Amino acid sequence: MIIFGRRIPMIFALLIWLLVWEAIGRAELLFLIPPFADVVRAMFKLLATGKFYQAVSVSFIAFSTGMMISISIGIPLGILMGRVRFIDELLGMWVNVFVSAPLTAIVPALMVLTGFGQTTVIVTVILFSVWIITLDTRAGVRNINPSLLEMGRSFGANKLQLYTKVIFKAALPEILAGLRLGLIRGVRGVIVGQLLIAIIGLGELFELYSRSFLMDRFWALVIMIFLFAYMISEAVNHLEKRIEFWASTR
Amino acid sequence: MSKYKPKTKTGLFKRIAWRVLSLVLVFGLWEFAGRKPISIIFPTFTSTMVALMNLLIDGTLLSAYAVTLVPLAIGVALVGFLGIVFGILMGLYRSFEWLTLPVFIIVQSAPMAALIPLITFLYGIGLGAKVLAVVLMAAPVIVLNSYRGIRNANPTLIQMGRSFLASRTQEIFKIILPDASGMIFAGLRLGVAAGFIGVILAELLITPTGIGDLITYYRALALYPQMFASIFSIVLFASVVVSALQRLEGILFRRQQCTS
Amino acid sequence: MQANTIQNRPIIEVKELSKTYPGRVEALRNVNLSIPRGQLTTLLGPSGCGKTTLLKIIAGLLNKTEGNVFINGQPVNGPGPERAFVFQDFALLPWCTVLRNVAFGLELRGVPGKQRNEIAMKYIDEVGLTGFEKAYPYELSGGMRQRVGLARALAVDAEILLMDEPFASVDEQTRRKFQEDLLNLLKIEKKTVVFVTHSIEEAVYVSDQVALLGPRPGRIMRVINTRLDHAENVEDIRRDQRYLNLVEDLWQILRQYLI
Repeated sequence: MIIFGRRIPMIFALLIWLLVWEAIGRAELLFLIPPFADVVRAMFKLLATGKFYQAVSVSFIAFSTGMMISISIGIPLGILMGRVRFIDELLGMWVNVFVSAPLTAIVPALMVLTGFGQTTVIVTVILFSVWIITLDTRAGVRNINPSLLEMGRSFGANKLQLYTKVIFKAALPEILAGLRLGLIRGVRGVIVGQLLIAIIGLGELFELYSRSFLMDRFWALVIMIFLFAYMISEAVNHLEKRIEFWASTR
Repeated sequence: MSKYKPKTKTGLFKRIAWRVLSLVLVFGLWEFAGRKPISIIFPTFTSTMVALMNLLIDGTLLSAYAVTLVPLAIGVALVGFLGIVFGILMGLYRSFEWLTLPVFIIVQSAPMAALIPLITFLYGIGLGAKVLAVVLMAAPVIVLNSYRGIRNANPTLIQMGRSFLASRTQEIFKIILPDASGMIFAGLRLGVAAGFIGVILAELLITPTGIGDLITYYRALALYPQMFASIFSIVLFASVVVSALQRLEGILFRRQQCTS
Repeated sequence: MQANTIQNRPIIEVKELSKTYPGRVEALRNVNLSIPRGQLTTLLGPSGCGKTTLLKIIAGLLNKTEGNVFINGQPVNGPGPERAFVFQDFALLPWCTVLRNVAFGLELRGVPGKQRNEIAMKYIDEVGLTGFEKAYPYELSGGMRQRVGLARALAVDAEILLMDEPFASVDEQTRRKFQEDLLNLLKIEKKTVVFVTHSIEEAVYVSDQVALLGPRPGRIMRVINTRLDHAENVEDIRRDQRYLNLVEDLWQILRQYLI
């Protein structure tokens, strides 16, 4: 927005919303919404407790393990689906189903199969994130200009070189887009998994704070998770922008 | 000049053959894993299907869906209308965009599920709670798609309108909105998918009714084939609905997709 | 007497026009140009010489930085009913039929449905698209789409047609046919046309005069009269020695400005 000929950065809009939040909190309109200042204070209090670090580390381990597995399955699978007809025909339908299915419903089944612990959260993360990574990778491979592959072959690239030096690189813009969405979904997977299990990690804290009406801590936790998700998404976004130039000239 | 991809009979037959093969493969693996068994809890595909049939016949599933779909429909209708209007206003007015876009940029990557425990405090455990859960999950994608549809409306078309002296109102109603309609509809489809997640999550976490409760109930009774059948049905139902919407989108907006 | 002076006066006058895009990209510098009434003037130059920028400023679609554009003596502040634009990428509404696309300019002006459809049908006929009025843009080839764009511009009955590389997205054979049809059409529809192209052959073929633009920053190098009396038969122009000489002359001038 431009006021008095000056462009005001959009970030300032967030400040306005935080002021509104503070005002609602001060006016005690809703006990759900404590003043933002209290939330910030709670944030610092949280950062000083061991329980918080324990929850964060458990959650982060689940997230990173799940994502690592998800990426190492999703990208190769997506490339295969993009290149090999029968794999695509065989699996395409399932990837498309699961990418938009309410996978939340599957978590209770995981809980009976893999227990009320970390394994279930990891599997949930994989289940939430792997499909979109696969799908976008496939789209990236499909978008490659065939003459680029012919160029690779005509200059004597072997199969391995063709996949690593041409196909993977050429599909990178879409792969990164899939990765970003996959990471966002992975964070959701951690939260949903832990909320449903309710006895580990951040899910336990959410349960604890909402049951004991500690709204300031609840919001402190929510804000930190939201910021974490946002920063991850922005980090990948930054990478995407750096290679954007080759998406247009493929 | 060809309007459509030629859909020959053999092509259709091949597609169906691949579909069937793919179903057989996955369900076969499921059956195998159930028989082996990988876990005493894991039911075979056949026992799950038998359970599904029984649930269908005795009406359990139907009444559960009746309960689940009401808040989903209300939520999607509500956020569909308000969210689209909101997104369109965001796209049309720069100052409104300035004020609201940063919030939605953060919210679109955020795990909104984290807010579900709060809903109980607002709406208890009734219909309202479920509707709110649907709204919470579906709103970001619906609003942002409408916004992007408007903001990314084809600039050449807008320029064309201006060169033929369109007023701002004509520009909005005759060019921008029709051009954005495909993207807005896509947002609605993604919103429905997100709404399913919201309503299931609400039923699992706060309001023990509907199809979500069926899952919890059979788990508590250790009736695993019934439990898996309930889960199977919701995944199947959601993907049928979402892919039907996708088909509809393809038919409605075919003209736009072919020229741009 | 007065009518005569108006007739002799250039319909478009560009005076000391400069355009700098945000980020200090200088697209045009001190451009002066007179465009005579009832003739076809081509802006010719290599990519990036600002010819489209100049055309869009004349159309009122872009703001100028300095200088002025006058149409019939009136300064330009935005688009006007006396000018109609033909877009390089057609700019057809994909959700509308050919008929509605052609009638779109009239629709925006509030002409009643029946009347505007009649007018639109006349021009659909004139550009040779009879029978396609119910088709949608995606069912047409590139050349046919541009005919729709041309019919739309003709339908609003503007004095001036502004054509921005109208045949750039069309294959060579279609383009030649289109050029011939355009010349025949202009014999019926007495219009002033400003035409942008980067093809020397096209410029010489269609124009009465060619304004040569040089790049970085865009400015007018020369204005050359290329009027061949092609009143007789448009098909003979390409064999005309004067046509061939002009093409070569223009190339000799333009090549100096290329690196």
